[in-house]
Amino acid sequence: MKRSITRLLMAPSVILLLVWMIVPLSMTIYFSTIRFNLLYPGQNNFVGWMNFEFFITDPGFIPAVSNTLILLLSVLIVTVVLGVALSALIDKPFFGQNIVRVLLISPFFIMPTVNALIWKNMMMNPVYGIFAWISQSLGFEPIDWLSDFPLGSVIMMVSWQWLPFAVLVFVTALQSQDTEQKEAAQMDGATGWHIFRYLTIPHLARPIAVVIMIETIFLLAVFAEIFVSTGGGPGYDSTNLAYLIYNQALLQYDVGVASAGGLFAVLLANIVAFFLIRAVGKNLTV
Amino acid sequence: MTLNQQRKLKTFITGLFSWLIALVLFFPIFWMFITSFKTELQAIAIPPTLFFEPTLDNFAVVQERSNYLHHAMNSVITSFGSTLIALIIAVPAAYSMAFFPGKKTKDILLWMLSTKMLPAVGVLVPIYILSRDFGLLDSRTGLVIIFTLMNLPIIIWMLFSYFKDLPKEILEAARMDGATPWDEIVKVVLPLSVGGIASTGLLSIVLCWNEAFWSLNLTASEAAPLTAMIASYSSPEGLFWAKLSAASTLACAPIVVFGWFCQKQLVQGLTFGAVK
Repeated sequence: MKRSITRLLMAPSVILLLVWMIVPLSMTIYFSTIRFNLLYPGQNNFVGWMNFEFFITDPGFIPAVSNTLILLLSVLIVTVVLGVALSALIDKPFFGQNIVRVLLISPFFIMPTVNALIWKNMMMNPVYGIFAWISQSLGFEPIDWLSDFPLGSVIMMVSWQWLPFAVLVFVTALQSQDTEQKEAAQMDGATGWHIFRYLTIPHLARPIAVVIMIETIFLLAVFAEIFVSTGGGPGYDSTNLAYLIYNQALLQYDVGVASAGGLFAVLLANIVAFFLIRAVGKNLTV
Repeated sequence: MTLNQQRKLKTFITGLFSWLIALVLFFPIFWMFITSFKTELQAIAIPPTLFFEPTLDNFAVVQERSNYLHHAMNSVITSFGSTLIALIIAVPAAYSMAFFPGKKTKDILLWMLSTKMLPAVGVLVPIYILSRDFGLLDSRTGLVIIFTLMNLPIIIWMLFSYFKDLPKEILEAARMDGATPWDEIVKVVLPLSVGGIASTGLLSIVLCWNEAFWSLNLTASEAAPLTAMIASYSSPEGLFWAKLSAASTLACAPIVVFGWFCQKQLVQGLTFGAVK
């Protein structure tokens, strides 16, 4: 078929994505170099690096960057480790396996805003929550999760949402594992742990890499859970970059500084992606 | 104990553990579900009540207070609409890349995926301002446009990997019989890949239904889908957990049930077919 027709078929997608990428990004770059506050229209003079300076010296900046990274790493570790363990556990047939699978998968389909509301109110509320009731029944003081461990609470909510995804991917991958190889290893006297360590884990290398990649895309941009549950507080204790920029742009109306922040988020995503792809590629695809 | 008995015991214990963990992880959803049938007093009772006379009042109040049906309609229109449009745009592109790959096809695919790496918050301000200037703030049209573009790369990837697996001979035979590219797509490729297109569409619908960043930032009362409507229940105007649960149950039930039926396809989609 003619080259021109294949190009024509691709053109709509390519053009749309190009516009979707370039227009907003170049606007962000432009806004980041001018004074632009929605409360003071008409004073949009060029200010050079000032917006970046403001953003980086904002008291919320360092907490936001570290919270973003802590959130990313904690959720990745929790979901991958527990995900591998759980998928190995439910791999072999047992009574009601399919129901267990359906139950395990469900949190992944709960929308982030609902997720945050269930946990914030019905689980973590220090007076009427389930956790408070459990710790009181056991004779402990109830914990005010959202004020005492705000970031930890957010990590819990987000992990709860993404653990099912990891389990589902790993379970799918385990089904393609070579059973003859496992049986041969068993014949040779390998223990369950050895089989898990030297056959199952290497078999899961690629799925683990995939899970890390996909989750990273979504985890760097966690927003709704924080918006609904802690509002970034107390102080900046659970503010991540996404929330800090939202705060600058739509609550303080400072578009210039928010744009500088947005560019910083893009930069951070690229750095993380770069290291992640290298680390994942190095350690796992052997 | 014989070896057989030992094995049986092991299976039993693994099963027990699996059930325990699954029930713990499912508990918040279960609790949300049953709380939606309680009165407000039962909802905050300590110790928590498990047995009670169920009431449907909460659901009526949710509809009345926040016009559930209006927001559900927004969710349906934005997720189905954007999925349909994205599929229409993506099918020709995926078809051309899968059946007539050029030197740059791989680069183009990777570039498309890389647009997903761009954090949404980096372009929040321009998108907000553009939407405002085009009058698309708090409109379904605006949300449909954003959702379409947001999921287009994933949809193209998924369709590409399905199309690539189709037998090339059939297409060649069709071409010999004088089929135009249009005929080829409509009469050969689409019928052969109904399953793939369906699961691509499902994944896109789930992602749109649960999307919260753009819907929270770009909509208010008029175009707010369920994700944004639910967020309005976070304001601390009292403990309305039963109503909150009813609203949440209504918002999640369709997509959770939907997800149960096509979990496997959804995962294959989200991992771009890398895990089979």
